[in-house]
Amino acid sequence: MSKRRPYVRSMDGWWRRNPYFVEYMIHEGTALFVAAYAGILLAGLVRLAEGEAAWNAWLAALKNPWYVGFHLFALAALAYHSFTWFKIMPRTMPPVIVEGQRLPAWVITGGGLAAAVVASLILLGVVWGMVR
Amino acid sequence: MKPTLKRSNAPIFWALFGAGGMLSALIGPMLVFITGLAVPLGLLLPADTMSYAHVLAFARNWAGKAFILAVIALFLWHAAHRIFHSLHDVGVHAGTGAKLVCYGLALVGTVIAAWALLAVGF
Repeated sequence: MSKRRPYVRSMDGWWRRNPYFVEYMIHEGTALFVAAYAGILLAGLVRLAEGEAAWNAWLAALKNPWYVGFHLFALAALAYHSFTWFKIMPRTMPPVIVEGQRLPAWVITGGGLAAAVVASLILLGVVWGMVR
Repeated sequence: MKPTLKRSNAPIFWALFGAGGMLSALIGPMLVFITGLAVPLGLLLPADTMSYAHVLAFARNWAGKAFILAVIALFLWHAAHRIFHSLHDVGVHAGTGAKLVCYGLALVGTVIAAWALLAVGF
């Protein structure tokens, strides 16, 4: 046991002092909404396996204002995740060389965001087509 | 004697993180809109979009099963990896215990999803 009490600088709120890290914490924080949303879907899937009454109870619960409110925040969080995912993709993927030139960052980000819009519209179209 | 190099398991978790991040970036917002807002509030889509019959038929189809499992499992693995690596940033000195909790919950969720998809039948 040592009587030394070395000074350890507090790290409390370190990220709040720099806008760059505030943004970082927000985009990392979107994972909480991704996890919670996956949890809601998982609960629904288990209810589906339990039968029609259980499924309908889960479906009715989604109309609860708390769930609707959560999904509004989750929509914002996932849209932000989507935006930042493609914004940092030029730095998270290996460099792409086209005709001896490195593909510019905005092409990768723009391409990713365009792919997200197209994939989302396809998903909506497929859901629409399946139930119509 | 040179000790044999221990293989890292990091690429597996990183691949699951990346796959889940990509899937949620591509269709996450639209999925939340459909299941969490459009259907409960009766916007845009037909009222019976997520009726028991419709969703059961989807979950009994092999492609539907694959889609549901991919969404739930990969979203969970993505979030688990990101939350685990953010613990340090919020002052939690994460070790093996935190790793077990984060990845363990994702694994449990994946197993439950797989079980439920088998239980709904074919």
